[in-house]
Parts: sequence; structure tokens; C-alpha cells
Amino acid sequence: MNRFLTPTIGALALVGVATAASDAPAARPAAGTISGTVTYTGTPPKMRPIDMSKEPSCASQHTTPVMTENVVTGPGNSVQYAVVYISAGDQPGPTPTEVVRYDQKGCQYVPHVAVMRTGQGLEIYNDDKTSHNIHPLAKVNAEWNKSQPPGTPPIHASYDKPEFIAVKCNVHPWMHGYFAVLTTSHYAVSGNDGKFSLAGLPPGKYTITAWHERFGTQSAEVTVSDNGTATQNFVFKALPY
Amino acid sequence: MRPQTRWISLVSACGAVLLLGGMRPAAAQDTHVAGLTGHAAAGKPLYVRYCAGCHGDDGDAQGENAQWIEPKPRDFTAATFKCRSTPSGMLPTDQDLYNAVERGFVTTNMPPWIALTPQNRVDLVSYIKTFSPRWAGAPAPQPIAIPAETPATIESILRGREQFQRLECWKCHGPAGHGDGPSASTLTDSKDNPIRPYNFSTGSRFKCGSTNADLYRIFMTGLDGTPMPSFIDNLQPNEAWDLVHFLRTMQPVASPERLTWQAWLQTHRGELKPIGPEGGTQ
Repeated sequence: MNRFLTPTIGALALVGVATAASDAPAARPAAGTISGTVTYTGTPPKMRPIDMSKEPSCASQHTTPVMTENVVTGPGNSVQYAVVYISAGDQPGPTPTEVVRYDQKGCQYVPHVAVMRTGQGLEIYNDDKTSHNIHPLAKVNAEWNKSQPPGTPPIHASYDKPEFIAVKCNVHPWMHGYFAVLTTSHYAVSGNDGKFSLAGLPPGKYTITAWHERFGTQSAEVTVSDNGTATQNFVFKALPY
Repeated sequence: MRPQTRWISLVSACGAVLLLGGMRPAAAQDTHVAGLTGHAAAGKPLYVRYCAGCHGDDGDAQGENAQWIEPKPRDFTAATFKCRSTPSGMLPTDQDLYNAVERGFVTTNMPPWIALTPQNRVDLVSYIKTFSPRWAGAPAPQPIAIPAETPATIESILRGREQFQRLECWKCHGPAGHGDGPSASTLTDSKDNPIRPYNFSTGSRFKCGSTNADLYRIFMTGLDGTPMPSFIDNLQPNEAWDLVHFLRTMQPVASPERLTWQAWLQTHRGELKPIGPEGGTQ
């Protein structure tokens, strides 16, 4: 399910970036793109099937076993759910007014990683027939923990400071996701093929960073020329545990 | 500029620096509880003597005794507190911290510090607030409103029982409140230490107090840093009081709620729907 959703969300993010770029004054030089692929070397941890039998209302929503999403890999050693973003060199621009949607569906978080700007609105939905408690384990921002029984309205939130925040549900311990709170509007989440693309970047020198919840962070310097297309790949070293 | 004017402006500049330098920490650290004003400087020696053994010199819960203690001492550098009168994610009020020092935490190694004077305790609260930058410049946290308690009738208790099922409290606390629900064994706090859900059959006290209003506050604000979420978004005040009344029936003390409940059970036990997975949506 996530595999279908993630490209959609990625596409939405790109649309957002493109819209932001078209708002810029016409006199500014044409925007460039940084794209690439996130891969691993070594042996990554295996995705394991999740036993949801303790929550029949969720187990019945899945025909095949749901796999853990801490490390999701694809063909050609690709790494999914890496957040790739501009960590230095761009103008943050105004905080987007659109609200980031985060769903609890089938006792899973959809998307696995939700990316948002500091101060951007976030809406958390419970689409299940069971109570969840949504517990983002923030360290830099304030940590809160709220219950959300089925059929209740979405929880509204936002974060002031940039941080990667692990999200868990204490009732269903297998539920695990992330909020990526960034100070840039130029970001992407790698798809199952490991590919990402950051469009709408004015020419200039940037620091581009890839973050993965298990593999850590890598950064590189990239120069974008007028209408240019730069390529930056990331290779993470994977350990099986 | 005449020498005299220069001297005056130098003095006023010094004054401004002193004022600015002195004001910021004062605003962050000064503490007001019940007519008393706490001072961090006065709290420090008390902290070093009475608290640092567990909570650590730096307030980071790394005191020399901490490794032997379960549950772990509070880490003041994170400024995440279980017992608050404020919504989840907010700092506690000065009164909340003062109450914690005075009350201690039942079933933990934190004793009630009633041997210290009220002034000592409020000074300690001031000092505790210096360990995290979250207090600096933060607006005074506002407690949630707790409306007057509704009558603890059998109808209220039964409605509370329905809330216990609807909100799935039993998933952690167990169908009979024994702390043995299906998720209980998997629970960890925000520092990944194992943590037990409250077992209602162990007595009538809670970590965050022992009155009905304390119980109301506990589940409405949640215990931050633990798996216990806040329920204030999902419960109206009268529903919350219903839940308080039902929870009291699970404790082995002759509370008015428990006596009402037991009298009713004599003749109506067969009418009860089960609590737990068989209970469905009530």
C-alpha cells in the first residue's frame, strides 16, 4: 500500500515545490534540479512481517503480512524513505499554508515519513476502528502524547524547531513512523527505487543532505547552474543489526 | 561630551547591563507558589544535598544512585514531566512541581520531602527549572479547568465503564484494571525503559495524587514521557467524571463509588457486558 502512496506523496511534494517556484518574480534566473538515487552497500536488516493478531480490526485490513519499515529496500540496493533536502544555501521562503496529512490506517502510519516545514500545519487522522495514541518522541520540540479513539476529529499540530521525530503508538507497539521537520521547502522522500528529485532550485551552491532513520545522515555540496540538472547520489553503509 | 555627562551615561549603561543581565534568569527561575517566592540560588545547596544523588549534579538523571533505581529518576534537562495540571506537551506549573516535591511518588524511590520547609521546596523548584532552556522566556503554563464533580451515582459509574471500554483503557490497564492488558508487556517510556501500566488493585493512591480531582487530571492531561496519553480532546467533563467514578470501583478501598458499585452488583451482575475484546463498542 505504501509503495503506491509514497510516489503520490513525492509527486505532491514536487508539485508544491514547482508552485513555490512559479510564485517567484519572473526576472529570477530559471530554476535547476538536483536528482539522484539513494542506495546502500553491505547487508541491511531484513524487513520482518508484523504480527497484528492482537488487533483483529487492523489485521483484517491486510491480505498479505505487513512488513516493518525501519529499512525498506528495493531493486539495485535502493533505499526507500530517505529524506533528501537542502540543508544550506537556499531561501526558506514563507511557511506553506497547505496542511500535511498523516494517517493511521490498518495500524500503520501512512506515509511512513511525513515531511513538513517548521511552523507548517499537520493533521493526524485515525482511519481505524480502534483507539490509537499518537506519541511523537520529540527531544528538541515539546513531547506530547494524545489518544485518538475511532471516529474522532483529526489532531492538529505543528513544530517550531527542525528535528527528526520518531512517532509511535504505545497501544500497538509495531506502529512506527517519523516526522521530518525541516527549515527548507526543497525536499523529497526517496521512492522504492531510491530515486529523488529536488526541483525549482535557483542557480547557486547548495548543501544537500540525505537522512535515513537507521543509516544516519550524509551531506554533499552541489552547484546548480541556470536551468541545470545536477546529479547527487548517496550511498549508505548498511549493517544487518 | 562633558566629563560629567560621560560619567552619567557610563553609569546608566552599566545599570542597563546589570538590569538586563539580572532579569532574564530571574524571570526563568523565580517561582511563585502559595504566596512564596523561590530562588534558584537558595535551592542549589538543597539540591546538591538532597536531590543530586539520584537526579545528578547536572539534573540529567545520572546521579550515582540512578543505576540502581526503577523507575528511573526524572531527567530535568528534558523538562518532560508526568504529573502536570497542564495539557500534554506543556511545561508543568510551579505548583505542580511543588506538589511533586511535597507528595513524592508512591511506588518509586522518590519520598515526600515534608521534612523540608515550604520555602525550601519552592527554592528547589526554582533550581530545578534552571536545568532546561525550555523554561527561559516561556509563558506561565496554564492548568486545565476542572469543573465541579458530578454525583457518583450508579448511572455515572456505568457510563464510566462504557468509556473504559470505548477508549480502550483495558488494552494496557487490563479488563479488571490489574495492569495486565494485551499491550502492557510491550510498554516503554520515552527513554526506552520498560514501564508498567497502573494496577488499580494495589491501593487508592496514584503517582500524581490520590483525590478524585487528581485522577481526573491524570487521564485528561496524560503522563508525558510515558505511554499514557491525554484524553482531554475525547472526553467531556461529565464523561471524565463518569470515568473517575468507575475507576474508583476497581480500587480495593471502601470508597463511596466502590460501595455503590458492589451493592448494585449484588442484583445486576448478569446485566454487564464484558470489558475487553469481547466487549465490542458499547
